[in-house]
Amino acid sequence: MTAYILRRLWQTVPTLGGVVLLVFFLFKFFGGDPAEILAGQVASPEQLDAIRRELGLDRPWTTQLWHFLHDVFTFDFGKSWMTREPVSEIFLTRLPATLTITIPILLLEVCLAIPLAMLVAYFRGSLLDRVAMAVCVAAMSVSFLVYIIVGQYWLAFEWGMFPVQGWSDDLWRNLLTYAPLPVLLATLVSLAPQTRLYRSFFLDETKSDYVRTARAKGLSEPAIMLRHVFRNAMVPVLTNVSLLLPGVFAGSFLLEIFFSIPGLGREIYLAVNRSDYPVIQAFTVYLAALTMLVNLAADVLYRLVDPRIQLK
Amino acid sequence: MAAILEGRHESAWAALWSRLLQDRVGTLCLAVVLAYLVLILASILGLVSADWHREVGVPYANPALLGETPQPQAPRSPGAGRARGAAPDLSAVDPLAPKYAEWARRTAELKVSEPQRSLTLAWGGDRWGRDVLDKAIKGSQVSIAVGVTAALCATLIGTLLGALAGFYGGLRDDFLEWLYSVFTSIPSILLIFALAAVLRSGWLGQVFAGGIWTVVIILAATGWTGMYRLVRAEYMKHRARPYVLAAEAIGASAAARMFVHILPNVSHVILIQLSLLVVAFIKVEVILSFLGLGVPIDMVSWGTMLAEAQTELVIGKWWQLAAATAFMAVFLTAFSMLTDSLRDALDPKLR
Repeated sequence: MTAYILRRLWQTVPTLGGVVLLVFFLFKFFGGDPAEILAGQVASPEQLDAIRRELGLDRPWTTQLWHFLHDVFTFDFGKSWMTREPVSEIFLTRLPATLTITIPILLLEVCLAIPLAMLVAYFRGSLLDRVAMAVCVAAMSVSFLVYIIVGQYWLAFEWGMFPVQGWSDDLWRNLLTYAPLPVLLATLVSLAPQTRLYRSFFLDETKSDYVRTARAKGLSEPAIMLRHVFRNAMVPVLTNVSLLLPGVFAGSFLLEIFFSIPGLGREIYLAVNRSDYPVIQAFTVYLAALTMLVNLAADVLYRLVDPRIQLK
Repeated sequence: MAAILEGRHESAWAALWSRLLQDRVGTLCLAVVLAYLVLILASILGLVSADWHREVGVPYANPALLGETPQPQAPRSPGAGRARGAAPDLSAVDPLAPKYAEWARRTAELKVSEPQRSLTLAWGGDRWGRDVLDKAIKGSQVSIAVGVTAALCATLIGTLLGALAGFYGGLRDDFLEWLYSVFTSIPSILLIFALAAVLRSGWLGQVFAGGIWTVVIILAATGWTGMYRLVRAEYMKHRARPYVLAAEAIGASAAARMFVHILPNVSHVILIQLSLLVVAFIKVEVILSFLGLGVPIDMVSWGTMLAEAQTELVIGKWWQLAAATAFMAVFLTAFSMLTDSLRDALDPKLR
């Protein structure tokens, strides 16, 4: 197991290197001139030169790449161009708010979608199944934006069941007062595609030989579903959950923008609007690295669920 | 011999067509999608919604069904508010006083035609009194054009790279696999935001300014990976099949084997993935345009309509939200279900 983890970590090195190169060259060769962005519309050539010297833009690009690599590995991306806040501090202070939203969403949607999918798979081919699937397709065709706009307007603004927006410094207050509406909306929206997907996993399992055997020995349908199909279907379900895991870092950016939640997603959106390159670069590199680590953790956990899988 | 092969070839597509027509839901969805395409074609040719930006109604004109309601913001004709109370005589101290008479005379000479604004529109009006129905049709054209163009670009990139990696293997495959792992290890929303930031402030953004191309580039550059993976797997499966080896034996070049012989045999995989991409890209375009990172402000898409609708809803004007949502939901539902039917028709084994 340790050898496996070490080998996987070693394999992430070229990928992470590629991410750093991609981000560097993307901004270096396709991005705007940092000096012009920083100095604004009216700046003398001397001012522009001074900024270029300060940022090291007058050196050859290989030197700049070396400095960029140095920044990545020392976790020091300098300061935001606009707010002068250190980038690493922005990252660490915005992360908790994002996780306060995304972790409840992930838990709720998985815990609700599995029983729902099992239910529609149990009644496969019936009217309930077909109506549920049609509703899922239609619900998936409405933009997430519409759910947020309508939900925020009716539930919060008109009926006053939730605060329209806001955030505090207290975790419990956030969880109980400000998070419920965004969490509810996101869960409702992701429920349709998740249910549809998990239903297909359950249906795949119901066609296998062990189900026929269980039926032949006279087990009741609910017992087959709960005791045999459920366990086997959990393997693809968990694979899918591990694909959802990286989304906990930036997946809630729309909710953060609508509900003024000071999280990572909203911060990146603001940085894009202000052309705040250090923030965007740092967030991209670090979230890619975090994603790789989460994926590795998911693969290791996977082994614990399904002993048939051999880690090589 | 050629005639027989030709006949067989045609019958494969004919069989697909007849299988699709047997599926009643699929046929209905096909009809809806075709109706949209006709509408878009008419909109491109300028037959409908050509002047969606004209202010034909009063601001926030009601939908015709609701009838006229007393308009709080009645159209103000020039000079309507001037008659309120007599102004105190300031001519003694006002240095501009001698010119007022001349200005009034000149103003009277100018002909100001106030366009006839209707109080209700078929599907209501927006803040400027533009027809929401026209906007929704024009928005459909832009959103669907962005989704389809970007999906075609992503398909082109993904198919080309996937074919190279899967057909040749070896070093080329290793390099492309590395590229794939780099692109997929960055969460897609971050890649989209990074590209949006670069295109906003960089020279590439100026080259493609004022059209749908910036969104198309963002979507295609982030969305090719799934297609690449599928096509690569298909090419690895096909490259050692007897028909490909036979083609090699009669002297077909590598390019000919890749794109003349194998490509038609994997086209069904590409077609399904392409339609899935269209749906996904339209959804992303709507979000990007809503955030102001998508189509430019002088264009209308479902996303920009939703952006306006958010503030309109607070003052009770729901029709723009309803129009954008309805047009988008109907199209995406029909398109998704058509994709499902197409998949069933292409792969009879699945049933």
